[in-house]
Amino acid sequence: MSLASVYLNRDYITQSAPAEPNAKASPNYLNHAYGWQSWLLTIDHKRIGLLYMLSVTGFFLIGMAAAGMVRYDLLKPSGMLEADIYNRMFSAHGIVMTFFFLIPAIPGIFGNFFIPLMVGARDLAFPKLNLASWYIYMIGGAFGIWAILNGGIDTGWTLYPPYSSKSAATNVAPVAVSIFITGFSSILTGLNIVVTVHRMRAPGMTWMRLPLFVWAIYATSLIQLLSTPVLAVTVVFLGVERLTGVGIFDPALQGDPVLFQHMFWFYSHPAVYIMILPAMGVINEVLTCFSRKNIFGYSAVVFSTLGIAFAGFIVWGHHMFLAGEGYYPALIFSFLSFFVAVPSAVKVFNWTATLYKGSITFSAPMIYAVGFIILFMIGGLTGLFLSNLGSDIHLHDTYFVVAHFHYVMVGGMVLGYFAGLHYWWPKITGRMYNEWWAKFSAITIMVGFSFTFLPQFYLGYLGMPRRYASYAPEFQDLNVLSSAGSTVLAVGYIMPLFYLIHSLFFGKIATSNPWGATGLEWQTPSPPSPHNFDKTPIVTCGPYEYSLTPEEAKAMAQAGGKH
Amino acid sequence: MIFAQIPLPTPRASSQGAEIDDIILATTLVTGLAFVLVTAVLITFCFLYRRRSEDERTPRILGSTVIEIIWTTIPFLIFIAFFVWGIKIFQVHLTPPDDAMEINVVGKQWMWKVQHPEGEREINSLHIPVNRAIKINLTSEDVIHDFGIPAFRNKIDAVPGRTMSTWYYPTEVGVYHIFCDQYCGQGHSAMVGKVYVMEQKDYEEWSKAHAEGSLALEGRKLFLKLQCISCHSNNSGARAPVLEEIYKKRVPLQGGGEVIADDSYIRESILYPLKKVHEGWQPIMPSFLGQVSEDDLVKVIAYIKSLRRGDIPVRTEQFYPPIGAPTQRTEVQSPKTNTENSAPKESVPKNTPKESAPKGGK
Repeated sequence: MSLASVYLNRDYITQSAPAEPNAKASPNYLNHAYGWQSWLLTIDHKRIGLLYMLSVTGFFLIGMAAAGMVRYDLLKPSGMLEADIYNRMFSAHGIVMTFFFLIPAIPGIFGNFFIPLMVGARDLAFPKLNLASWYIYMIGGAFGIWAILNGGIDTGWTLYPPYSSKSAATNVAPVAVSIFITGFSSILTGLNIVVTVHRMRAPGMTWMRLPLFVWAIYATSLIQLLSTPVLAVTVVFLGVERLTGVGIFDPALQGDPVLFQHMFWFYSHPAVYIMILPAMGVINEVLTCFSRKNIFGYSAVVFSTLGIAFAGFIVWGHHMFLAGEGYYPALIFSFLSFFVAVPSAVKVFNWTATLYKGSITFSAPMIYAVGFIILFMIGGLTGLFLSNLGSDIHLHDTYFVVAHFHYVMVGGMVLGYFAGLHYWWPKITGRMYNEWWAKFSAITIMVGFSFTFLPQFYLGYLGMPRRYASYAPEFQDLNVLSSAGSTVLAVGYIMPLFYLIHSLFFGKIATSNPWGATGLEWQTPSPPSPHNFDKTPIVTCGPYEYSLTPEEAKAMAQAGGKH
Repeated sequence: MIFAQIPLPTPRASSQGAEIDDIILATTLVTGLAFVLVTAVLITFCFLYRRRSEDERTPRILGSTVIEIIWTTIPFLIFIAFFVWGIKIFQVHLTPPDDAMEINVVGKQWMWKVQHPEGEREINSLHIPVNRAIKINLTSEDVIHDFGIPAFRNKIDAVPGRTMSTWYYPTEVGVYHIFCDQYCGQGHSAMVGKVYVMEQKDYEEWSKAHAEGSLALEGRKLFLKLQCISCHSNNSGARAPVLEEIYKKRVPLQGGGEVIADDSYIRESILYPLKKVHEGWQPIMPSFLGQVSEDDLVKVIAYIKSLRRGDIPVRTEQFYPPIGAPTQRTEVQSPKTNTENSAPKESVPKNTPKESAPKGGK
């Protein structure tokens, strides 16, 4: 038997998944029940994951449309749209993308779907709560979209008072309510995952044998649990001030506007890590699989994940260096912001080292993963300009900031999301997508993305401020370049919609483990059966033993080898 | 000043600007080098270790504590260096020298109101002398704004209820952008202005013409009060010549001939406007004979003499409210009695508060 086939059928983790190709014979989670009730009232984590996938995709398209309007407006210095419309568009883009796409996407879809499979459990700890989270998310989301379409909001996603509490004549209160509602979904999902990881790991699945994706989602869930309540309090305060005139943030009412910024960023900075950590988790899974290597420095990656989650809570003040937070706070927050950059750097080094002496193939997920590392590195390194008290004076609130966080959010989180989507698509749907189109769209996204956001770094250095509906004529060339890039990016985003849907009907049937991966989720049929595992798996080794054959792994486990 | 020799893509006109450009360039070089190195290694690995056969085995490498410590420590030390450098610049940004000239700036939706130490006031422009420390005391009347001057590599938030301060030491004469860098509503992108860095003597001259109590500034008030601005405006639909830089220039007259626009011609034109009409304009100006005292006439003439390119206010601009006063309502102090008696018949519709703010966006 060739080694390749051994890889494709590795079964060294004791459990009895049905052997290929009799997946058809036993029902899977998609075909064991039919009808809308079986979906809308389901408590199966896999089906809820798919519900998230549908709704997240919808919100993503709405956010994308708003971004398209923003880039359209900036084609000429005087702006193509009314300033009022432009302000509503960038606000809608920020709010929809942040609260309804970036935060719930990976934990909601892949977290739901794969955490139980990866830890060897039948479901999440609280399946009904899980469904409730989705409904809360949908209610909050629908309310937000209604507020945005019905007059809109023009405060930006940051909702800074006193503009938002006094001045803005738009739907600030409804959007605040929608953010408040959606926050509960985030908290409950986090709670569910934390309990699942603590209580429902299969025998032998020790903490240091957890797949790094599980670690990442676990750390994310902790942040969600601890920080989202602060956001809830903040938007309640904002709503109270706006509706009743009780002074909290407005200095005309004896309030303090900088207090809002402290509270808002106390959530919203950790929220950046809610967005990026899950994507980093996906990258660990994809890189090890397509290079057939153990992750380099498993514990270093785990501790950097926890380190980022922790340090993410103590850097919020770097958004307010120039907002009057004071000299010493600025000093401390600047230092801590440099500090939080270290674990991110460590992760990049570990990923790179993982490839050393690997056996690397470039399937679509791997192309996304390598793209992620490169673009995320640009996002992370440009953050150093902004954590620095000196250079931040000039770059703060300019397009440099816009480019920086899009490199982290899009170059990081969105590419990580697409890497995960392509990696797990065969498992989720039981079908293979067209590899050529997947690679083509990956390249298109990266090229379009770079043309959109690289010029913005330079625009920021030249001094173009954020959130300008019209701008000085000397900035036009770079803006046109950026807008042109964004159309390429949009094409790249739309392509997966077509070839992935196409694959549902015409794609090749996927085997249970098409990539030859080691994770427990690949030991189930594709798509998995409704109850995940026929027999509770027993885990005997770490998650990434790609360099061992099943026999060697077994022998090592019996000898009590490392992990 | 390490990188002082490198040509700049964008103007830089303050002493702190050089420091900030240095740190930006240094960070770019260091992070750029790190990026290139890691990317090169990544791509080399991708190429070197591409899968050549399905039977390939890989070595079981679990990591190395030594390597982890090295690549945790080195970035950390580099970061500390940049952090310390940054503090130095930030400290300078926040501590103006004692002898700095203080200028008060108030942000409001959507304009910058500037008040100089001698009482000169301006809107959306800031005239300052070169080679002299300028301290800005900044606040806001309504929402949070941010007073940013990219050419000075400087910005600071204007927070209502607080006085923020920063300072510059302008080094290059010129005209540069002022941007509002903190989103403040509909007119955010229109909340822009110009900073004019002038030679000391030009600044003094400008200052004299704009100081509180100066003839020219008093004349400016009269120019607005008497509704001269209704027709002598910079608007495209103006019904009378723009008076900027007209003093001592040759004025072509209707029916041929020309005249030098000196004190006496300006005076004559105010009192007997139809005597010598500027070529190309309708003879529609009413006479102000008996409506302006001699004292006031001197002031108006002084104002017209002081007008430089771009000095004529837009038609809708009214009196400056006192800095820090609640606005909107007090903005329009329409001088009722005067207007009714002396304003030209075809005077434009009364200015409303809404009009008096620059339109947002476009």
